[in-house]
Amino acid sequence: MNPVLTIPDFAPVLPEIILAAGALVLVLFGAIRGERSGEGMNFIALALLAVAFVAVLMLPSERVETMGGSFVVDSFAKFMKSLTLLASAGGVILSMDYMRREGIYRFEYPILIVLSTLGMMMVISANDLIALYLGLELLSLSSYVIAAFDRDNVRSTEAGLKYFVLGSLSSGMLLYGASLVYGFTGNVSFPAIAGILQGQVGLGAIVGVVFVAAGIAFKISAVPFHMWTPDVYEGSPTPVTAFFAAAPKMAGMAMATRVFIDAFPNILGQWQQIIVFISIASMALGSFAAIGQRNLKRLMAYSSIGNVGYALIGLAAGTVEGIQGVVVYMAIYLAMTLGSFAVILGLRRGKVMFENIEDLSGLARTHPVLAFCLGMMMFSLAGIPPLAGFFAKFAVFNAAINANLVALAIIGVVTSVVGAYYYLRIVKVMYFDEPGAAYDAMPVGVKFVLALSSIFVVLFGIVPAPLVAAAGAAARSLF
Amino acid sequence: MVIGLGHYLTVAAVLFTLGVFGIFINRKNVIVILMSIELILLSVNINMVAFSTHLGDIVGQVFALLILTVAAAEAAIGLAILVVFFRNRGSIAVEDVNMMRG
Repeated sequence: MNPVLTIPDFAPVLPEIILAAGALVLVLFGAIRGERSGEGMNFIALALLAVAFVAVLMLPSERVETMGGSFVVDSFAKFMKSLTLLASAGGVILSMDYMRREGIYRFEYPILIVLSTLGMMMVISANDLIALYLGLELLSLSSYVIAAFDRDNVRSTEAGLKYFVLGSLSSGMLLYGASLVYGFTGNVSFPAIAGILQGQVGLGAIVGVVFVAAGIAFKISAVPFHMWTPDVYEGSPTPVTAFFAAAPKMAGMAMATRVFIDAFPNILGQWQQIIVFISIASMALGSFAAIGQRNLKRLMAYSSIGNVGYALIGLAAGTVEGIQGVVVYMAIYLAMTLGSFAVILGLRRGKVMFENIEDLSGLARTHPVLAFCLGMMMFSLAGIPPLAGFFAKFAVFNAAINANLVALAIIGVVTSVVGAYYYLRIVKVMYFDEPGAAYDAMPVGVKFVLALSSIFVVLFGIVPAPLVAAAGAAARSLF
Repeated sequence: MVIGLGHYLTVAAVLFTLGVFGIFINRKNVIVILMSIELILLSVNINMVAFSTHLGDIVGQVFALLILTVAAAEAAIGLAILVVFFRNRGSIAVEDVNMMRG
């Protein structure tokens, strides 16, 4: 037998190729110039992300498979990749001033961000279990290092260690599930698995699906696999936390959607109950556990656990409408998260960063614009109507009701009312408590991110159509 | 007695369970956790290779090779983070990984 090898089509992989080649160039550049490479590296990384963003936008909208079927590009991948690239760019911009002031800037940081973004994009486009695993590991391994980036700080290194141990455990569970799915279907490719797993499915494959679900739940920090999130978010340097709360969540939800809708569409009944359970558990924990938190980064960790729960409602529905809800939710969540972290990064006096809720007291009198922006983010996260967060929640609840998951939608509304308590407490502290001393002026990059996300959050309600239509096209491309 | 797929799967399941318990029950030091992680990945490899021979399909073995490669990278990064942690904390006992509690 003489196997014929054809050269695969590289055009759909162009954004990934750009990032991979760019990361190598950055490594070389950093290695040659060493400590002198300076902060120009940040701008090169931003330029790379921008070029990759343009390349993503220029991809075809119809479904294309390449690399022997391991890699797929469709509207869904395009949309989620754009969000991921925006989130990573946000992570770089937010970090620039912080890293310089804290004296922890090293040229590896932008390289690691680019590499983990590359991992995320591979995860989003993965069309078989091997590609999924390799993308996920690239994403995770870079993230572990970024979490421990402030290497002389015991909290940051502890965050890195915890992230590493629990992240590796989750990769192990995902892999164990992948091995069972492979063994009981004889395939690693998602479409082939979908073709085999239908009707009566054996126990082995179901156990495999459960393990895969557990591994994915770890990555998106859904309850009961969330325990690493608060510690990692609190311990990592703040811009890194912002990056973790934004970018890997986009990739993680895209991965969950891709795996469940592409690989296991015909056994919806088997995994729907798992997703419903982790969705309810995440929403409940995100709302109740956040109430007692004093640290803003920890609070945002619980908030992100809750938000993942809401996004999972759309996935649990398993319909086009539900996936559209997930996509809209993640886009809006991205803006809210980056905006909130931009404000947290603005709480600085000289060398000291403040990150507790009481440090926000009276912010409305010392920094009215900052307080207004954070107030809008908090109202939006709580889901108050004219703001973007309301539309996000509305989209997923609506999809759940149309998919006959009324109880899930009701629990979602109840937990979001409970969650409103701690979001509104922040608004109360900012507007009605006695002001403290003023904070330093915000760096330009942070201002830029805050302005963009505030504009998005406030104005989304007026012109929701473009984003919703794009999300609809993305969702339809999966079915 | 013929050693069949079931035996391999049982061994892998036992190793996997040992690995998971090694992470959660271990109260001594972090190196044991790194060993447990390796145990988990290797149990998956046994699964992969067993399935691959059973199915007569080479993909499982390719997957196993990739897992081995990634496991090496993972161990390197894990040890590096552990070294940095040790420099700051002066200990690698599991109960000393406790600066943050919620």
